[in-house]
Amino acid sequence: MKFLRNALDKIKPNFEKGGRFEKLHPAYDAFETFAFVPKETTPTKGAQIRDAVDMKRMMMTVIIAMVPCLLFGIWNVGHQHFLALGQAEAALWDKLVVGLWVTLPVIVVSYAVGLGIEFYFAIRRGHSVNEGYLVSGMLIPLIMPPTIPLWQVAVATAFAVVVAKEVFGGTGMNILNVAMTARAFLYFAYPGNMAGATDVWVYTGGQKIVDGYAGATALGIVADKGTSNAVASLGSFFSFENLFIGFVPGSIGETSTLMCLVGALILIATGVGSWKIIVSGFLGAYLMGLLFNAIPGGNAFMALPAHYHLAMGGLAFGIVFMATDPVSAAQTEVGKWYYGFLIGALTVLIRVFNPAYPEGIMLAVLLMNVLAPTIDYFVVDANKRRRLKRLKLKTA
Amino acid sequence: MDLINIGIRSIFVDNMIFAYFLGMCSFLAVSKNVKTAVGLGVAVTFVLALTVPLNWLIYNYALKKGALAWIGPDFAALDLSFLMLIIFISVISAFVQLLEMLIEKFSPALYGALGIFLPLIAVNCSILGGALFMLGRPYGLAEATVFGLGSGIGWLLAVVSLAAIREKLKYSNVPAPLRGLGITFILVGLMSFGFLSFLGFTL
Repeated sequence: MKFLRNALDKIKPNFEKGGRFEKLHPAYDAFETFAFVPKETTPTKGAQIRDAVDMKRMMMTVIIAMVPCLLFGIWNVGHQHFLALGQAEAALWDKLVVGLWVTLPVIVVSYAVGLGIEFYFAIRRGHSVNEGYLVSGMLIPLIMPPTIPLWQVAVATAFAVVVAKEVFGGTGMNILNVAMTARAFLYFAYPGNMAGATDVWVYTGGQKIVDGYAGATALGIVADKGTSNAVASLGSFFSFENLFIGFVPGSIGETSTLMCLVGALILIATGVGSWKIIVSGFLGAYLMGLLFNAIPGGNAFMALPAHYHLAMGGLAFGIVFMATDPVSAAQTEVGKWYYGFLIGALTVLIRVFNPAYPEGIMLAVLLMNVLAPTIDYFVVDANKRRRLKRLKLKTA
Repeated sequence: MDLINIGIRSIFVDNMIFAYFLGMCSFLAVSKNVKTAVGLGVAVTFVLALTVPLNWLIYNYALKKGALAWIGPDFAALDLSFLMLIIFISVISAFVQLLEMLIEKFSPALYGALGIFLPLIAVNCSILGGALFMLGRPYGLAEATVFGLGSGIGWLLAVVSLAAIREKLKYSNVPAPLRGLGITFILVGLMSFGFLSFLGFTL
């Protein structure tokens, strides 16, 4: 560390005012504050709040919470790969290698493109580099299917960072969740690579898939079969345990509900993610599922047991990591309950009633991002009214 | 069930703003703060909910080919549908005039805040659009009423959510060339991303 500090100090004058690379100061500043706590501290006199948690540490906490999902995702990509080739007994090490071979390039591309744009905007507009992209850059690979072409990752990342974030003034100002925007962009621009044929979800490396391996996602199967007994059509491969732990095909990081819950625990324990949104999100999905169970008839999704909804697809990942995004979520405490609940409920609603999309969490989060400021407005408004009423009662 | 379906479809799926991009001018102009947005949204809803069924009645009992048969057999062959647009517009403007007088009487503050955009409801595309869409679809009077009301509520929802976001955007450091309308256009595009959730909804 000492060596790094010295190196940074040595080149520092170049980036100060009047230095040779004055314009590139934001880039230098980003590296320096990433590695070290900033030197400028609040004066010792007077009442000041001192806390080591700045935006970078907060973002790192979210990334740490994502690590279980990431590790499991890497393993699962390999696991599904060998299952598809009929070599289920492949060694753990082989599975990890295949998983890394697929996942790492996506992560690298996502960070390279996103941070590149972020640095460019920071230097161009003369503000310091915001750390918001550290999290988005990890979220984007985790919600991509393993077979996604790298150039599509790059295009989607560029679109999301520029249009969803930078034009609104950078980190902390975006209206829509950046990672979800990237995914929605790909979903509508290149549907074949995101939700088309069944081979989207499993990396095969060009080899032949053995017979009997479907390669579809659980949501796709329920939507396709349309039988009244959804659990039976899922079969033993998509048993509730497998869906919950995540031994199923899907986007890289979303398959394991268990790992998402571990992440949720980290987020809640550190206070970075709002437990209200997470709890009300799951609650909303579960209650909506129960409601549809109670209605007789209808399509296969309506009869699907409510707890299956919680374990299938990206619901858990979306609620834990996307819905809790402190920027695009509702800001008021009461509003968070409505916001989370509606995300869960809408997700199930879209799954059940919208055959155009097998999965609903992506659009549910985006829609609620759009409506979050409205929720906030009316929560604050109701507060004001209540207080005014109290005031009038007192004076009367 | 059919009526509920039409209602939900007109609010979310066939949203006047995000699916048809109708009524954009006042949508963009009066969405700077939530209070006036709610006022204008309610006004548009009111006009839509009343003029769509009224226009339906006029069209089916006066303008359509053979619609005048109820007066006498001599009128059975008459086809006045070439008058459709002008009559629709006059009905709409009459209602807007009425609404303007009502708002001026009961809420002068809102009247001042809405300014020119209140009389301009008369030429708000979503209202004439509502009347014309209604003709293209096999709606009865009840369906037309629900459709008008639903479209209005959809418009209200859109304008209020945009206004809430724009109130929040006041604190954003938007790049100078995009400030004002530019960022709003991008915003509306991104908002319709969210509303795509309802595309293809079948109840």
